[in-house]
Amino acid sequence: MTTVPVCDIRDWTQLNVNPAPPNGKRVVVAMSGGVDSSVAALMLHEQGYEVIGVMLRLWAGEQGVVDERTGFVHNRCCTPDAVEDARALCDAIGAPFFLKNLEEPFREAVVEPFIDAYLHGKTPNPCLHCNRTVRFTHLLNIARGLGADYLATGHYARVVKGDDGLYHLYKGVDPQKDQSYVLYSLTQEKLAHLLFPVGHLTKPQVRELARQYGMPLANKPESQEICFIATGDYRQFLRRHAPPGAIKPGPIIHVNGRNLGRHEGLPFYTLGQRRGLGIPWHEPLYVVAKDHARNALIVGPRDALRTETVEIEQVNWILGEPDGPVDIEVRIRYKAPEVPAIVEPLPGDRARVTFPVPQQAVTPGQGLVFYDGDECLGGGLII
Amino acid sequence: MEKQYVYLDHSATTAIHPDVLEAMMPYLTDEYGNPNSLHRYGQRAQRAIEKARRQVAAVLNCSPREIAFTGCGTESDNLAIRGVAFALREKGRHLITTPIEHKAVLQTVKQLEEQFGFEVTYLPVDAYGRVSVDDVANAIRPDTILVSVMYANNEIGTIQPIADIGALCRERGVVFHTDAVQAGGYLPLDVDALNVDLMALSGHKFHAPKGVGVLYVRRRTPWLSTMTGGGQEHGMRSGTQNVAGIVGLGAAIEIAHTDRDAKNARLRAMRDHLVGAILEQVDDVQLTGHPTERLPGHASFVVGNVDADSLLLGLDLEGVAASSGSACSSGAITPSHVLSAIGATKREAMSALRLTLGDDNTEEEVAYAAEVVPRVIQRLRQYART
Ligand SMILES: Cc1ncc(COP(=O)(O)O)c(C=O)c1O
Repeated sequence: MTTVPVCDIRDWTQLNVNPAPPNGKRVVVAMSGGVDSSVAALMLHEQGYEVIGVMLRLWAGEQGVVDERTGFVHNRCCTPDAVEDARALCDAIGAPFFLKNLEEPFREAVVEPFIDAYLHGKTPNPCLHCNRTVRFTHLLNIARGLGADYLATGHYARVVKGDDGLYHLYKGVDPQKDQSYVLYSLTQEKLAHLLFPVGHLTKPQVRELARQYGMPLANKPESQEICFIATGDYRQFLRRHAPPGAIKPGPIIHVNGRNLGRHEGLPFYTLGQRRGLGIPWHEPLYVVAKDHARNALIVGPRDALRTETVEIEQVNWILGEPDGPVDIEVRIRYKAPEVPAIVEPLPGDRARVTFPVPQQAVTPGQGLVFYDGDECLGGGLII
Repeated sequence: MEKQYVYLDHSATTAIHPDVLEAMMPYLTDEYGNPNSLHRYGQRAQRAIEKARRQVAAVLNCSPREIAFTGCGTESDNLAIRGVAFALREKGRHLITTPIEHKAVLQTVKQLEEQFGFEVTYLPVDAYGRVSVDDVANAIRPDTILVSVMYANNEIGTIQPIADIGALCRERGVVFHTDAVQAGGYLPLDVDALNVDLMALSGHKFHAPKGVGVLYVRRRTPWLSTMTGGGQEHGMRSGTQNVAGIVGLGAAIEIAHTDRDAKNARLRAMRDHLVGAILEQVDDVQLTGHPTERLPGHASFVVGNVDADSLLLGLDLEGVAASSGSACSSGAITPSHVLSAIGATKREAMSALRLTLGDDNTEEEVAYAAEVVPRVIQRLRQYART
């Protein structure tokens, strides 16, 4: 892994951050108003790209953040402050800035599947859906349609064109910030037109650059929450948005078959969850499965959470699908460490994943992402 | 073709004409008097706005006393409609307008309907956005107190048969208002020929600055001012006047209506060239609004298979300032109420492109736009997801 000293990053231009000598190449930068995408825009500008700042407006449902003064409801990821910060940054580098409304595709491709997945006993990660569809399909197409050679974002990941002529996706150099997990669905065609400038830097370096550029936003807190759920309470969001009657109380059943009580609705529980079940029992009880057909929450001891094999769907292989089973490493959720696995491609964009060491709480709906050391090889959604 | 930046959004606003700015300059600097003051500063300011009033009256063929300067076109529409409604509320509470008016009119009648017990009839419009005089005749009832029909539409450029509607209203004893904001710089404004009782204009649409409008109210029209206060503008619109803006508007309206026919012919020729080039080079594009009965520099389209705001971004990046009919300040795309009213589908009503030329555009600029617009549309389509 390349390591970059935190102290001297004025020389970041030495890093092989971006491909191709940018001869006035046009790049659309997806701005969030936050430090990462702002620094990305500045880096590209300094390298001579023609930068166009675009901020996505994705969601303004009644769950948005209500501005007390104006009464307007804002998407958490494009509050007026965020818009103004992004606009100010673009002004400072003489780049045009646009707000692009993609509410409709976002609702269709992210929010509705999110609700639907919960109603089918899964625990979705909406960022995966957003990146596959809205950000790296719709926005990328718009960028290309606007004559841009590239779309850039503030993700911590790296794209490198290898000697094999293929584009390789690597983790960001900062292990704490690495976001390759949410990018597993990128394809060769897309990677050829993507830039992740801050993926070559550590977060402290990005903050330092922001400071050197005189950006006032170097200390903004970062949000890990789901962007369209302003309150951070997904249960309340589901209650409000799910069709009436879709979420029903039901039985809590022990893996040994005993009926232990009632749950409030399957979507309100997560695999591996221990607290909040309200059942007195002689050993700690965990949510180990959701039986959608019986609307039953299955609980049991920690051991019952273990999975040796799982299937995944909507599988993407960045470098192409292997001919047979491969011995690689996988992450079963965003911040999970990599573990060894044997991944066997199946027809219909599926794959079977076998864990030599059984894993706890392999959760349907989450992404399972493939790695070979620092390189992200693809992934799929746990069925 | 070499890259340029071409402004084709004259329906949104226009540049201040250099002669207009020159006329205004003294009133932005040394001549800062309040026109209502007795001293000579005040007197000079007063004289300046009275000159502007005569300039407007000359174009409108009316008495200067029938003209009030306001803060904008929106204010003029508000004062006109609310003023007649309030003055005649005992006589009747029925208002007639069209579904394709500017929001300045639509929101005003809506408030009268929702908060003050008035009733509103929206006239049908044809596929070009034209109102028929027969439909107006059929809509008038004994309790109808006001008909308000715009002179020319901002989104699709269509011109209404104002003189005929006005004649009908006069015959039936109903007050007639027209929002002439878009027509102001291009079409004849003779209020007698047009048979209008009230008219709204906005300076920034014809090379005067923003923040100044005109309200014409024919003498003896039942109307009361809803901007009350110190009684400025013959009591029609209280508030200390925007002297520099008014001076600018006076100069601008005079310039706009000098050689108007020749200038319109030039605009029409350039517009027709642009429309022809676009329709010829790009599939799935339709001209909206009336093919001939439209503002001279106004071209508007529904562009299929392209995301409207990406189109505007793309044009901006290639150096053409354009707009859509459905832009909204919040960045949310909403279907155009005008296009919906003329029978467009929701998708069409969200795919408008408007290119509006002005006297300051050159033929070279229009040729540039005629080349850029098709190219930008085609490139966006190439990458659009199917
Ligand atoms: C037809 C019409 N009416 C009224 C207005 C409002 O004018 P102003 O911007 O001066 O308030 C406009 C401006 O866009 C217009 O096009």
